Amino acid sequence: MNIVVLLAIAAGLIALRFLKPNSLAWSSATWVAVYVFLRYGVVPPVPASVLTMFMFIITLSLAVYLTTTEDRLKEVSNAFVSFFTDKKYTIPLVVALIGLPFIVAFRVYQNLTQLPDPPVVGRTIHPPPPATITFKGRQVDLVDEDNPYRELETSDPTAFAEHVSNGRLVYYQNCVKCHGDNMVGDGLFARGFNPIPANFQDPTTIAMLQESYLFWRIAKGAPGLPVESTPWSSAMPAWETFLSEEDIWDVILFMYDFTDQRPRAKEVHE
Amino acid sequence: MPETRLRKLFNPWKSSSVNERPWEPTELRPRNRHPFRLCYLPICAAILLAVAIVGILALPAGASPQEALQDAANPDYRPFPIVGSRVAMWVVAQLHLMFAAFVLAVPMFALIIEIIGYVTKDKRYDDLAYEFTKLLSVSFSFTATLGAMLTFMLFILYPRVATYMVSIFSWTFFPYVFLFFLEALFLYSYYYGWGKFSPKVHLALGVCLNIVGTAIMFIADAWLTFMNTPNGISETGALVSLPDAINNFIWMPINIHRLIANMAFGGSIAAAYGAYKFLGAKTEEEKAHYDWMGYIGNFIAISALLPLPFAGYYLGKEIYAYSQSLGITLMGGTFSWLFIIQAILIGNLFLAANYYLWVSMERIEGAERFRRFIKYLLASVTITFIVWATPHSLVATVEEARQMGGAHHPMLGVLGVMSAKNTAVNVMILTTYISFLLYRRGNKEAIVPWAKTGNRVQFAIFAVTILFVIFLGVYGYFVEARVRIALSVPQVLAVLTAMISVTAIDIFMFKNAKKTGEIKWGQMPDRAQYALFFIALTFAWTMGLMGYVRAGMRQHWHVFGVLQDTSPDAFTPTLGFASNVISVTVLIFFLFISIVFWLSGLSGKKPWEPKAVDAVRSAESVGTERAVEAPE
Ligand code: HEC
Ligand code: HEM
Repeated sequence: MNIVVLLAIAAGLIALRFLKPNSLAWSSATWVAVYVFLRYGVVPPVPASVLTMFMFIITLSLAVYLTTTEDRLKEVSNAFVSFFTDKKYTIPLVVALIGLPFIVAFRVYQNLTQLPDPPVVGRTIHPPPPATITFKGRQVDLVDEDNPYRELETSDPTAFAEHVSNGRLVYYQNCVKCHGDNMVGDGLFARGFNPIPANFQDPTTIAMLQESYLFWRIAKGAPGLPVESTPWSSAMPAWETFLSEEDIWDVILFMYDFTDQRPRAKEVHE
Repeated sequence: MPETRLRKLFNPWKSSSVNERPWEPTELRPRNRHPFRLCYLPICAAILLAVAIVGILALPAGASPQEALQDAANPDYRPFPIVGSRVAMWVVAQLHLMFAAFVLAVPMFALIIEIIGYVTKDKRYDDLAYEFTKLLSVSFSFTATLGAMLTFMLFILYPRVATYMVSIFSWTFFPYVFLFFLEALFLYSYYYGWGKFSPKVHLALGVCLNIVGTAIMFIADAWLTFMNTPNGISETGALVSLPDAINNFIWMPINIHRLIANMAFGGSIAAAYGAYKFLGAKTEEEKAHYDWMGYIGNFIAISALLPLPFAGYYLGKEIYAYSQSLGITLMGGTFSWLFIIQAILIGNLFLAANYYLWVSMERIEGAERFRRFIKYLLASVTITFIVWATPHSLVATVEEARQMGGAHHPMLGVLGVMSAKNTAVNVMILTTYISFLLYRRGNKEAIVPWAKTGNRVQFAIFAVTILFVIFLGVYGYFVEARVRIALSVPQVLAVLTAMISVTAIDIFMFKNAKKTGEIKWGQMPDRAQYALFFIALTFAWTMGLMGYVRAGMRQHWHVFGVLQDTSPDAFTPTLGFASNVISVTVLIFFLFISIVFWLSGLSGKKPWEPKAVDAVRSAESVGTERAVEAPE
């Protein structure tokens, strides 16, 4: 969050309070304040698609605010009428009438002169997994099979720790360049890719997935993604050619261990 | 054990190897062996007309005779002109669903209102219940016709799917038809028998009508839920156990979700009817009456809306339990975008519902004192709305994604997950409930000696509940996924407990309360009526959307994991296209329902009489005839 912007907005709103504005002016000011906050106050910036949606909601609720009681509705319509008819508002009226088209024109200009961007796609990060995959000739059942070393966590903590430390090795030898030291997806190469490598600290990646899902994603990488998820272009390599099955299960253990997350358990019916 | 084993054997995710094991018609089609083909004859007889129409439309345009013969021999699919089979089925199925929802819901609340009238001896309620019931008979015929159309289109356009479904569910068609018959019997005796029986007998008819209606829905739900989460079948897809096929993973969740959603939908349509009559009312009495009707309809809709999210999460959980793949498609995959649209629609519903209540307070003398709370309630609805609609993975340009460091925004990402959304919904529900509480108190003042304490206790209950709900929401970020999901249960229970206990206190506190003013029924601004239209429209759209989600999440399967969709339509349409189809469906629905409103209004119109001018003219003509005759 950008504190400077936040303070500026707060100061502006407080200053406005002293002018004793009517409901309409006050609501417009609120609208602008929210917009400025979302646009410039949040770091990193809120994507345009979300900004539009939020502003839509804000607009709706301000409309609700202005029309719930008869008194306020009257106040608003009077304000409108007097803005257009009252002599005292001539200058603001002229400014508004000239200014609004100008702003629109400016936006059009901005849009047209922007550097070309690839089209925005609603990409699905987690496509449905297949039921089974073949890993080096062996059939792996993604529905029922779980990490075979997970149970060691309780039954044999020393053996478990060994697996985790092997996982650490695997991670730092293979994955760190993309997924980063802290697993937030900011490795050395990360910036070169689109989509950028997954951030494992994020509660919406590995924390909401089952271990077998990760096994699939690591073993098969981007090339193994199903048809449903085309078009897809991710740099995630298919690790089945480089790593053993044990290595993959180990690195999964390590990923959860390092990020302090728990894998999603299987659901049971009823 | 058999369920999961079966499911596993019977891999739902053959998608990557679909071509290895195509569907084998000979294996599954017990056509000639099947003893129950007669079962759908009764339906056929009733609605031959629909078949004829559909049949003519479905003839492949311009096919040569040989092609037609070949096709006729054993087609998997038949094309539908212009819009294609999928869209045709989609629209008809959705229209049928909407009408069915309405037809099932109206008896539910008509009965409840009738009971209220019976208990309070207030004639107004009885009249209102009758007025709602009047909407039924025409809608019933519409529903049946659309249902027939749906059935025949299924058989004509998707013969392979239809045959397979019959092979599984043949036994359920008999009771279905029989129940349908009973439904007609009870519906018409309930409607035409109004005031003709002793109230108790009439109420009993209403109860039977509702039981039968619900049973019909349960059967139909078995068919459609089976398509999503097939159960009780062998590896080849043949039926092993009909009870298991019926009681598949999402059968009960959908039954419940639909039962409640139908009620909400029906209420909103009835409210829209009230609004429509209100806007056209000529006299003050009419205005007062329809204002009240709109209010009651809306009250029903909102009461049913409050528990819906809970039912929805139960449904979602069972989908996940059936298959992670389906669950991910739904919530984290392609269809998650539709849930963002759903969140916006439902946020709008809540906002509009609150708006209606707030505007309604304008017509209550004494409610002015609550005006100052509206601001805060509105703020609460807005914030929760925003949280609820915040997407989980964002639509972002490459530049934006780079800045965010992924598809998840560090701040918004926090709002995009289940914990935040559950919390938001719960707070939204509580807020709406508070709006309603204030509305109820508008013109009343508690005179019991403990009123002050009572208010404080109620306030404390709200405060504790909201804090508890928010606490659980935040706590959810620190625990594993399954625990997090389970946390929604105590959240829901807390909210329900709060609502029940506050209501209980309120009832006692406002017993014999002092009336500080009148409710001036009829003195309602028009914009509140438009809010009712908006609510009905949004409900219909939500239904269309979710119907699409339910069917669409199977992607390239007719029966998920069992019967593959090999038609040219086996792809997921774009969001824009889907929205257009839904919008057109909703428009058609409102066109039809307007016809229903108009038809049901006819009986109340004055009998036809020749117009004054005509009367004179006919008198004249009679006169001239006589005049001509006279000389003879
Ligand atoms: C060349 C860079 C690169 C390397 C090296 C790499 N990854 Fe990835 N990884 C990616 C990209 C890109 C994605 C896709 C992110 C997306 O789809 O949004 C990804 C996705 C993943 C995912 C899926 C996460 C999810 O939420 O679905 C997992 C798991 C994963 N990587 C694990 C690993 C492991 C373990 C290694 C080391 C053995 C590794 N990656 C090495 C680039 C890389
Ligand atoms: C406030 C919350 C919700 C509201 C108001 C709501 C409303 C509705 C409505 C009106 C329908 C149409 C019912 C019908 O066709 O008979 C519906 C269907 C559906 N809903 Fe929800 N819903 C909510 C939450 C959810 C959630 C959280 C899920 C999560 C999975 C969900 C999944 C579905 C599905 C899959 C359908 C289609 C099933 C069918 O055709 O009956 N809903 N919902």
